[in-house]
Amino acid sequence: MPPPDSTTTPARCTFEREGDRLILRCGGSWSLHAEHPRFAEQTGALAGDVARLEIEGREIQRWDSSLLAFLHQLAHACREKEIELDPRGLPEGAQRLLALSLEVEERGGARRVATRSNPLAAIGGGVLGAQQATMRALAFLGDVVISLFRFATFRARFRRADLWTQLHATGAGALGIVALINVLVGLILAFVGSMQLRMFGAEIYVASLVGIAIVRVMGPIMTGIILAGRTGAAFAAQIGTMQVNEEVDALETMGLPPSEYLVLPRVLSLAIMTPLLCLYADLLGILGGLIVGVAMLGIGPRQYLTQTFESVGLDELWIGLLHGAVFGIWIALAGCYHGMRCGRSASAVGQAVTAAVVSGIIGIVVMTAILTVVFDTLGL
Amino acid sequence: MADHAKSTEASRPPDGEPHIRVRGLTMAYGSYVLQRDLEFEIRRGDIFVIMGGSGCGKSTLLKHMIGLNRPASGEILYAGQSYWTASPERQNELRRGFGILYQTGALFSSMTLAENVMVPLGELPGLSAAERRELASLKLSLVGLAGFEDYYPSEISGGMRKRAGLARALALDPEILFFDEPSAGLDPISAKLLDDLILELRASLGATIVIVTHELASIFAIGTSGVFLDADSKTMLGTGAPQDLLAHPPDPKVRRFLTRGIDS
Repeated sequence: MPPPDSTTTPARCTFEREGDRLILRCGGSWSLHAEHPRFAEQTGALAGDVARLEIEGREIQRWDSSLLAFLHQLAHACREKEIELDPRGLPEGAQRLLALSLEVEERGGARRVATRSNPLAAIGGGVLGAQQATMRALAFLGDVVISLFRFATFRARFRRADLWTQLHATGAGALGIVALINVLVGLILAFVGSMQLRMFGAEIYVASLVGIAIVRVMGPIMTGIILAGRTGAAFAAQIGTMQVNEEVDALETMGLPPSEYLVLPRVLSLAIMTPLLCLYADLLGILGGLIVGVAMLGIGPRQYLTQTFESVGLDELWIGLLHGAVFGIWIALAGCYHGMRCGRSASAVGQAVTAAVVSGIIGIVVMTAILTVVFDTLGL
Repeated sequence: MADHAKSTEASRPPDGEPHIRVRGLTMAYGSYVLQRDLEFEIRRGDIFVIMGGSGCGKSTLLKHMIGLNRPASGEILYAGQSYWTASPERQNELRRGFGILYQTGALFSSMTLAENVMVPLGELPGLSAAERRELASLKLSLVGLAGFEDYYPSEISGGMRKRAGLARALALDPEILFFDEPSAGLDPISAKLLDDLILELRASLGATIVIVTHELASIFAIGTSGVFLDADSKTMLGTGAPQDLLAHPPDPKVRRFLTRGIDS
């Protein structure tokens, strides 16, 4: 913007009344970047009996949107009070823009009216919403089960390459972080456990404690939480972005059900990869315990491992792997479900990812509780 | 339209200096050269059309002009000042004088139309929220969207999204308006209305307008000058008013393009 030259004067406007005629004299240099009259401060000028408003703008030196905004509001106020507006005294460009801004009438009913919220209606809405959400989730689950059935009978339509990509991304891609977290969890368990066991001279049972805890629950839970944050979020973001770009609609109209084409490979890959990652996590958790046992408690490595293998039964391993498989399927379903019902905006994708991760982690904890009760009842 | 002197003629710089000048511009992605040796001028108040077939680098040229992509060589001058050698502050200042309408509107999807228009208005100090809102309403009514302030971009049609994008581009009273395929995806009547709106805005704002398009109807209806890019020779085939290019085509390709391949 060129600097204002010295001859410009500040923007000004004055109303003059002649009978039922009002004359608005505008002048000076109107700029958004400088002080200028605001219509909100001048509304009183139109009060009383006015039939006609003439605008006189010969002394306007420069103008921009600040003048237009003023005139736009003025014109609306005039329309409301049925005052005839004569803008012919304005610079030509301003006249044309003012006419343009008034040209298109507001479409009837377009403007949003804020509705007052009623607490009863809110409760009712919440209940109805919960019912709808349950139905949607069940419908989604039904679609996935049908897709799995079609997959089992070799009729599912999806790209095999997608399945490989997902297997690689969800499995091999997570090796590093799963290793880091589980070694540390093993270390922590061994360290905390040894403080108590040492008092009884029973340090060797650190191996049993770490082994059972990691293999039975901690390995699957930590792996599940990592996958919920890593893979569940990725699923929701991928499918959510596809919703925004109408790619999901495109699939559907090609006769490719998204539940087969998008959801199936993802659910399968996590269902396969999570138990495998759990096995890997178990080994690294035990390694973490072993490091503490050997370095701090003076247990021989061979002795530590023998103790571990004696106390961790095969049941523990199966239970752990079952946990893993259940978590994997849950995380994939949560990620895909929230991605599929994502809205069509950037912030909707963010909400979908958040919902996927939160419901993934809550599901992991709740299902661990349920499975623990079930296995306890079964006496395992 | 940052400023309108009472007499627009007086505020113009001497005729010798074009508003935008592109000198020896070469555009490349890595080692892949898209276009080389582009050389043209845009006068103040021109409606300048960047023409050419698909994939010849029209949109890339626009991105170079608005400072998103750095030229491989050559320079782009605004009122005599080279954009890429200017200080970051000066570049920012130049950019504030640009209004850009992206191909699909590029509205922020999580904001209402009014909030979208208010984003650039946040750059202006000393404006209250109510005034910003009023300015946003003004811009929206200029493009025929009065009353749609509280709608989200996902709730309106593609043509309306484009007009809302235009309202946002107009927010800061730009001196130069850039349009990327303004009529793509619009029906002929909406496209014509948008063309009329562009003409009206230029007449009343005195802004310089740069348009990327391959709509022949628009090119001839509103273009006062232009440049023709070619994908095969990787350079421009000519510059000038579309009518002149048609009357005296510098290359058979230009003629084919402007006559839609129907040689009379």
